[in-house]
Amino acid sequence: MRRRRLLERVTVACAAAVPVMLGVPVLGYLLAPLFQRAPSEFVEVGRLGDFALGAVTLVRVHDPSSLPWAGQSADTALWVRRREERGDLAFQVFAENCTHLGCPVEWRQGSHLFFCPCHGGVFYEDGRVAAGPPRQPLFEREWRVDGDRLLVRGLSLPTEKRRQ
Amino acid sequence: MSAWRWLEERLELGDTLGPLLRHPIPRALEGRIGWAYVLGASILTAFAVQVVSGVALAMTYVPSTESAYDSLRFITDAATLGRVVRGIHWFGASAMVLLLLAHVTRVFLMGAYKYPREVNWLSGSLLFLATALMAFTGQTLRWDQDAFWSLVVGAEQAARTPLVGDWLTRLIVAGDRVGGATLTRVYATHVFLVPAVIGLLALLHVYLVVKRGISEPPRVDEPVDRAYKARYETLILHGVPYFPNAMWRDALAGSVLVAIVLVLAGVFGPPQLGKPPDPGIVVADPRPDWFFIGYFTVLALMPPGAEAILIVGIPLLVVAFLFALPFVRPFGQRHPMRRPFALAAAVFVIGGYAALSAAGAEAYWVPLRSDGAALPAAVTAPLRDDARAGAALFVDRSCWSCHVVEGSGGRRGPDLTHVAARLDHDALVARIANGGPGMPGYAAALGSDDLGKIVAFLLTRR
Repeated sequence: MRRRRLLERVTVACAAAVPVMLGVPVLGYLLAPLFQRAPSEFVEVGRLGDFALGAVTLVRVHDPSSLPWAGQSADTALWVRRREERGDLAFQVFAENCTHLGCPVEWRQGSHLFFCPCHGGVFYEDGRVAAGPPRQPLFEREWRVDGDRLLVRGLSLPTEKRRQ
Repeated sequence: MSAWRWLEERLELGDTLGPLLRHPIPRALEGRIGWAYVLGASILTAFAVQVVSGVALAMTYVPSTESAYDSLRFITDAATLGRVVRGIHWFGASAMVLLLLAHVTRVFLMGAYKYPREVNWLSGSLLFLATALMAFTGQTLRWDQDAFWSLVVGAEQAARTPLVGDWLTRLIVAGDRVGGATLTRVYATHVFLVPAVIGLLALLHVYLVVKRGISEPPRVDEPVDRAYKARYETLILHGVPYFPNAMWRDALAGSVLVAIVLVLAGVFGPPQLGKPPDPGIVVADPRPDWFFIGYFTVLALMPPGAEAILIVGIPLLVVAFLFALPFVRPFGQRHPMRRPFALAAAVFVIGGYAALSAAGAEAYWVPLRSDGAALPAAVTAPLRDDARAGAALFVDRSCWSCHVVEGSGGRRGPDLTHVAARLDHDALVARIANGGPGMPGYAAALGSDDLGKIVAFLLTRR
């Protein structure tokens, strides 16, 4: 009888060991994106001459760290607002994502407003909330000027807690 | 015939499956009420339709962000019968969701989740959540503009979860942003992971339906108590076998279902592919599939102050309801006429979601695009000078996007057809310049000149 008890335990232990042995590498593989951070380098979005003073311009940026088969999803759109000719306040670079739930906002020149097509968020030219469900101003990206090129950093999907 | 006998001598399926198929069920199910019991088997039929059509689609679909859209175009427009097979998968999915909702409602209203069938309900609840996940991932695999942004909206909701929000978002999009790694995960989830889970859970669910016995139609003032199990045993003694006395209904309902799905797929085909899933295209009107359009309304209309709680709270509430119900109410009345609150709750939830879905189809809260729009000639023709220029500016400066004048315009803000009867010149100037609840202030965007013209136009609207 003691032998039978022992064999029962061996059986259960083996049955438990297999999922653990398989689970560790497989779960590690699947959860890896939690811990990876895409390299956040500055990417060129255009020449200074592309951005007229006072205008809000749509630019398309390619994420250099994207996978080879990413296709169009390697790109993202940014709204570049040129406030001044030069200086620290020359640009505001907004992510295309509404701060409510991430839909792409659309600039309308006539009313100088950004409109979100999903739940009705509206933002002013400087990114402040004008109407609708959003609570935070548009997400801004870090930018710098190098010669006559405008560079932008941070292409991750912005969320309320992760604004960069 | 002898081949069958040769096989049966070795398989002995008659011994195993025979008693299962002929397990006794309450005699009452032979009546017309029996039709209420075909829903569960019909869901299983719809699931089988999805597996078959899904395997076929997976033979052609390319689950990469680069090619998925083109492969769907190919399936829909070029592949022989591709349009029909996609249509079957679409109407099969719709049928599965509809039947599931009907089945849950029936089980809830008939109190069939009570003792001793609590685990039937719990396994069914997991199946409900798994099916919702199939609906969401399936919509995402369509990988057009709607699919892309629906995924983003889903990830952004997950991001609001306290503590683990950022992790959940990274897990959903497989990294920092929607990209090359995202779609393969959604694909593997949709075609391997969740269907396997559904298969196993369905097995458990069916096992329990047979083992516990199908619940008899509830009778007024026959509450469930500890003695129910013994009473049911007695009831079953005078029961009838499931096959064929009740199974013929399941079989008939299942084949009618498949026939309807086929006809709809042939006549209407699959949903149109939207614009390509290009994040660089900002002219978009992302809308989820019909199952989620009511929730889309909830997201648009929930009070911003309560959003932090509601975005996470509403899904949690649904889950909590599903898993708490059989523990909170294991005994007591089963008949809906003796459970007025349960009946009212079911009517409220179903009616409410239908109303929210209707609102979502219209999405009046989204300002219209005014490109190429104009006010009706009947409005603009009699206008002179400033008022005439103001009417043009009214459209050009997006006022029209939210405000109706004589039936033309957006419905987000108040109708301005007779605004001059409510507001005088100064009030109009103040309202436009400063904005108000739900309305942007236009002081910076409009020069005083343009503002004056728009006000001149609005003052003609008495």
